[in-house]
Amino acid sequence: MNEGVAGLLWLVPALPLFGALLLGLAGRRLNDLWCAVIACGSVGLSAALVCLFGSAYFVDSVPQLQTLWVWFDADGVTPRIALRLDGLSLIMAVVITGVGFLIHLYSSGYMAGEEGYARYFAWLNLFVGAMLVLVLADDLLLLFLGWEGVGLCSYLLIGFWYRDAANGAAARKAMIMTMAGDLPLVIGLLLLFSHFGVTAIPALMEQATATWTDSTTLPITLALLLLAGAVGKSAQLPLQTWLPDAMAGPTPVSALIHAATMVTAGVYLIARLHPLFVLAPGVLSLIAWLGAAGLLLAAVSALVQTDIKRVLAYSTISQLGFMFMALGVGAWTAAMFHLFVHAFFKALLFLAAGVASLSLGHERDLRRMGGLRTRQAWAFWGFLAGSASLAALPYVSAGFFSKDLILAEVWQRGRGALWFAGWLGALLTAAYITRAFVIGFLGKACTRITRETDGRMHLPLAVLIVPTLAAGVFELPIGAGGARLFSDLVAPVLPAAADAGHGGWGAMLAVLAPLLGIGMTWYLLRVRPAWSAAWRTSATAGRLSAWWFHGWGFDALYERVLRRPYARLAARLSGDPLDRPFTGLGHGSYRLWHLLSSSQNGQLRRYAAAVAAGTAVLLAMVLP
Amino acid sequence: MTLAVMLIVLLLGGVVAWWSEHGDKRWPRWVALLTVLLSLLFGLTLWASDGAWRSELRLPWIPRFGISLHLGADGLSVPLILLALVLGATAIAIAWPIRERPGFFQFNLLWSLAGMVGVFCALDLFLFFVFWEVMLVPMYFLIALWGHEHRQRAGTKFFVFTQASGLLLLTAIVALAFVAGDVRGQLSFAYRDLTGTPLGPAAPWLAAGFLAAFLVKLPAVPLHTWLPDAHTQAPTAGSVLLAGVLLKTGAYGLLRFVLPLFPETTLAWAPWFMGLGALGIVYGAVLAFGQSDVKRLVAYTSVSHMGFVLLAVFAWNTVAWQGAVLQMLAHGLATGALFVIAGALQERVHSRELDAMGGLIAKVPRLAAFGMFFAVAAFGLPGLGTFIGEFLSLLGAFRANPVITAVAALGMVLSAVYATALIQRAFHGAPGPHVVRDLGRRETGVLALMAIGLLWLGLAPQPVFDLAAGPLQTLAGAGG
Repeated sequence: MNEGVAGLLWLVPALPLFGALLLGLAGRRLNDLWCAVIACGSVGLSAALVCLFGSAYFVDSVPQLQTLWVWFDADGVTPRIALRLDGLSLIMAVVITGVGFLIHLYSSGYMAGEEGYARYFAWLNLFVGAMLVLVLADDLLLLFLGWEGVGLCSYLLIGFWYRDAANGAAARKAMIMTMAGDLPLVIGLLLLFSHFGVTAIPALMEQATATWTDSTTLPITLALLLLAGAVGKSAQLPLQTWLPDAMAGPTPVSALIHAATMVTAGVYLIARLHPLFVLAPGVLSLIAWLGAAGLLLAAVSALVQTDIKRVLAYSTISQLGFMFMALGVGAWTAAMFHLFVHAFFKALLFLAAGVASLSLGHERDLRRMGGLRTRQAWAFWGFLAGSASLAALPYVSAGFFSKDLILAEVWQRGRGALWFAGWLGALLTAAYITRAFVIGFLGKACTRITRETDGRMHLPLAVLIVPTLAAGVFELPIGAGGARLFSDLVAPVLPAAADAGHGGWGAMLAVLAPLLGIGMTWYLLRVRPAWSAAWRTSATAGRLSAWWFHGWGFDALYERVLRRPYARLAARLSGDPLDRPFTGLGHGSYRLWHLLSSSQNGQLRRYAAAVAAGTAVLLAMVLP
Repeated sequence: MTLAVMLIVLLLGGVVAWWSEHGDKRWPRWVALLTVLLSLLFGLTLWASDGAWRSELRLPWIPRFGISLHLGADGLSVPLILLALVLGATAIAIAWPIRERPGFFQFNLLWSLAGMVGVFCALDLFLFFVFWEVMLVPMYFLIALWGHEHRQRAGTKFFVFTQASGLLLLTAIVALAFVAGDVRGQLSFAYRDLTGTPLGPAAPWLAAGFLAAFLVKLPAVPLHTWLPDAHTQAPTAGSVLLAGVLLKTGAYGLLRFVLPLFPETTLAWAPWFMGLGALGIVYGAVLAFGQSDVKRLVAYTSVSHMGFVLLAVFAWNTVAWQGAVLQMLAHGLATGALFVIAGALQERVHSRELDAMGGLIAKVPRLAAFGMFFAVAAFGLPGLGTFIGEFLSLLGAFRANPVITAVAALGMVLSAVYATALIQRAFHGAPGPHVVRDLGRRETGVLALMAIGLLWLGLAPQPVFDLAAGPLQTLAGAGG
């Protein structure tokens, strides 16, 4: 690649960051049009640059490394501000800038007329910049900078509509729960850095694989610590409960941050640091089972949600569970491919849901939407395409290929129970999204359309439909004769996938899962609605679905064992009990003064008596 | 020579500022500002000059007891002197509208500042103690005369705490001089004579005396209880100097005196004091969350953040010490700025109660933006100086004691809890009925400079590490 162009890598994250700075400093003096132009323009330029780098990488597969400056040098700890563009970070950058640009464009329409238009775009630009730093960082400490940066933006944007205290609570919850995962992550970084004395990712991986042996205490501890960070960021068990609440933010934010990009950072982290995890096979197994558990629990919760955004939020937890499952069996490429495809279809689902709910006056309750096929065709067809891909409709959707790849990889490794969990997850996924679509988009119209949406929102939907249905061509299953472009792209970073598909039975069952899920749901909701109504009114079902509706009671548990005790502790300590000895000392000396001063009462007879008594005592002591 | 000129400028400037009050009430602030800026200029020449000791001056004072006027600034002193002067200028700018006895106010401010600069460059222990007192007494007046509703009580508490611990310090200094004098055969209060002198069994007792004074000042839990009262009741300018500079004299005292004078003792005690640091981090963060008075909240965050410094100082390695130095600078800027914000809030809402605030983004977007920036700095967002300080402190401490460090790292989560609570209660939420005005040009300028400083320390802090590297290497050598 041309030297001069290669030197422009820093512009990829710098352009959105510069946009954020400009909007943050001068935003209130700019009109809405200029804000949108700056925000979309900076991300768009960044996307164009990524395309340029991507096409070059596609040709020669040479990673680009650019060291901007040495962050600091404190006695041998020398992290650098350095960017690396290789297959893995390229995929992430394509998603971030591509989907990011479309969502910026969408936002310019969606947020029109809102108070704080400039503030919104400043934070959204800051997010894109920080996310690009996260994925392009060559240094683990710089990665952590991006990691915390995106967390901050997520917090700010969830609480964007700040007047409602509930939004603020959701934002704080997201921040604190991801921080709870970041605490072990930081300890992991401390362990890693103090052990090896370097902070660059390639050097760390090299030294770790060279000096550590499999399944010893150090790699296992480290893998667990890093996993906790990934679990927090990617909303996996047991730190998943912040994500459904994060839906308090504007819908484009949910699409970009809480579906397509930030929440996948945990998957990216594990993929990027996979040599470390390979040294701890037990932890890998844990990752796979955490993923499977998250996949199933969240899918069941999604089945009973009534808020369209919460359906999608649980769906995101569930799909991230799929990715974790893939990571856990060492199918790095499959996990990344699902991440890639998921980013498109989940963004599309959110954006379509946003168009629908905006035009119905911010109505998010599925039961009050309905009848949108003719009234809001953009949302209808967009959501339909996204649902097809999420449900993994065989052969016609991209989601099918990515999900099938994961199941095939699990199958090949002979993990029967895990495979079944994945299969069941696929079935449930098809079921809940069919339910959401049927209730929310078909049927009779309940709510009037109060706001027309415009091209700025429709164009991103139209564009996203293409990869949602067709991104599968990048990685066709073995035997389908297609090229495996995606594997080839990440091959230098991630070990290649094994070159065999499902066995005959497995392949057939995998195709069957989504069809079963869709078919069953359709049958229950459209053909035999009386059955599902009867089930819903039974007491057991009521209790069960309430339990699932509230996310299996995790929130209530955390509320009782963590949040409330901490608030109570802080309230009890707020007067600072350690100050008591000192105030006691003060009071004591005051009282002593009071006591002694009472002897100075000016009565001569008392004085004379005291002098006489004192003399007597002294004499008694002195005389033998 | 530069140091002496700097001190004289500050002390004289204070007198002139007081006297100029008779001419016009507006003169003292101009005199004070020019004085500090002039000193800052001298400070920058110190930074630019070379050599381990950038400026040194030694004049005999009481030769009979081996006491001299010995000033010297190395790479450890220079950043702290600059911090003191920058925050001094900030304090003057923030107290610009003060009307009540402005001359005496500026006199106290400048003399306290001179005391701090003196503390950071005194190389004679007796002289150090003199500056220690020069710094504290005017600060007492600032709190007790220009403070808020409970200023008398808070001032007295501050005074009693510092004087009681100062007495221990003086006793320890004199005892140290005599013990070392016995060993060396000659009485001396000179820093260089005393370091490296074997002290025998007296060392732990002497170390305890020094530690008492410095741990009160730092402050370390459970000796911190003067701080919330003093910081809350002091006028904004006083809070800025207290949190920004005064606390650092405790940390500086540990690095400059306690560790090199008593290396064996402090190495042996290190785990206890690292534990105390971790305790302070957690305790301060929990208490900060429980406060409803915005200044008190910020005050407790200081207890938490200075815990990192204590942890790092007793980690006994250069990485941790570099972290401690950076943490001191970053905390000075971040917390100083938070007190400016708290003062601005109090001035506008006429209350320090967070319950009286809320929804201020809508009313005072600029103030809210700065408030959120510095709240985020308080929880150590990477990219800001506070992160580098905390991270290196933890990294160095991890080498010394991973378990205590893991507890200390809990401070990261707890600080996110109180910082987001602060943002929620003051800036988010439904806007209240107040009609308030946004930050003016003076306040905006000051806060913007502090924000830039934090970004600089967070993204390219190398100049600070280069400055401090030499002295810290020497210190590591003293530990063996």
